Amino acid sequence: MPVKGKSAESLFSDMHLDILKEIGSMGTAHAATALSRMVNKKVTMPVPNVTWLDFQNVANFVGGPENIIVGIMVSLSGNIQGIMMYLMELDSAHHIAELVIGTPPPEDKLYFGEMERSVIEEVGNIMLSSYLTSIAGLTNSQIKPSIPYMCVDMANAILSVPASEFGRMADKMLFIESQISLENIKFSGCFVLVPNLHSFFRILRGLGAE
Amino acid sequence: MAVIIVGMADLKAAKSPDVLKTLGLGSCIGIALYDPVTKVAGLAHIMLPDSKAITNNQNDAKFADTGVIKLIAEMERMGARKINMRAKIAGGAQMFAFNATNDSLRVGDRNAEASKKILQKVGIKLVAEETGANFGRTVELYAEDGNFLIKAIGQPTRTL
Repeated sequence: MPVKGKSAESLFSDMHLDILKEIGSMGTAHAATALSRMVNKKVTMPVPNVTWLDFQNVANFVGGPENIIVGIMVSLSGNIQGIMMYLMELDSAHHIAELVIGTPPPEDKLYFGEMERSVIEEVGNIMLSSYLTSIAGLTNSQIKPSIPYMCVDMANAILSVPASEFGRMADKMLFIESQISLENIKFSGCFVLVPNLHSFFRILRGLGAE
Repeated sequence: MAVIIVGMADLKAAKSPDVLKTLGLGSCIGIALYDPVTKVAGLAHIMLPDSKAITNNQNDAKFADTGVIKLIAEMERMGARKINMRAKIAGGAQMFAFNATNDSLRVGDRNAEASKKILQKVGIKLVAEETGANFGRTVELYAEDGNFLIKAIGQPTRTL
């Protein structure tokens, strides 16, 4: 548990981070299977990253602070609280919508029609739910995700939401980040799981490692 | 003229003709202070309203209340005087359309309120603001004339 006067980073050992990486890996595998079924393509995923990031560098892994991305977000309540997001490049989001509904993407990449929007939200929602169901099972926790919300904007602006949530407890942000790529098409997206500090320990405790 | 980048939860001061810039403000607020007499500018990118609600805190630039105090001190070290300073603020968006009852997700509004409150408390006049709505903003503060530029995706740039 967070202790006054101690930095949040010092509370996590390398072993803790390895365990979280493993959890992320299993969650992502479930989500990848769900995506693969929806679009009927093969999915690949490298090992996730579990990293402490300075708030100043928080958008580096998604192309920098001003890179325009699509974010699908759910807030988490229950035993594990925090924020979970699925982030995609603009092209990737349009591709996914095209694969599911079959209509070509609009000329203006910043534009998402009502139909495209609801497809992307729903695909994001299914992937996020699969990931979370897997973690809930593994850690014997109850996780209640909110409905999904979508936002198209600069990476920094989107990530300010989990950053300010985590900023209440620490001067850096710890999160589990994992990529998913689809075979034969230009698609990449990543999950960002940002539990609050207490929930990180709930996850570790749920696995018998504290 | 140098462009100095201010990161998230960071603050910096600069003299004319330099420019202070912060990228992609979401729920965060860019608090711009300017002393037109000495042409010293200061920009803070704060993330949260109130340092007193937090126990583990080592970064003053993260909060509206401590950020403004530290920014004034930085500017004074460069020769600015608080009595000359005026303020402009931007940001505090609600990036995702959550229902407004969830307090921690209404952080944009609360950041804007807290920024105005601390400025009033230290006696610096707020001369312009663009806060709220649901989009990100990149801002630039020109130490030459105190102009505060706001850029958002798909929108014309405006100057406060």
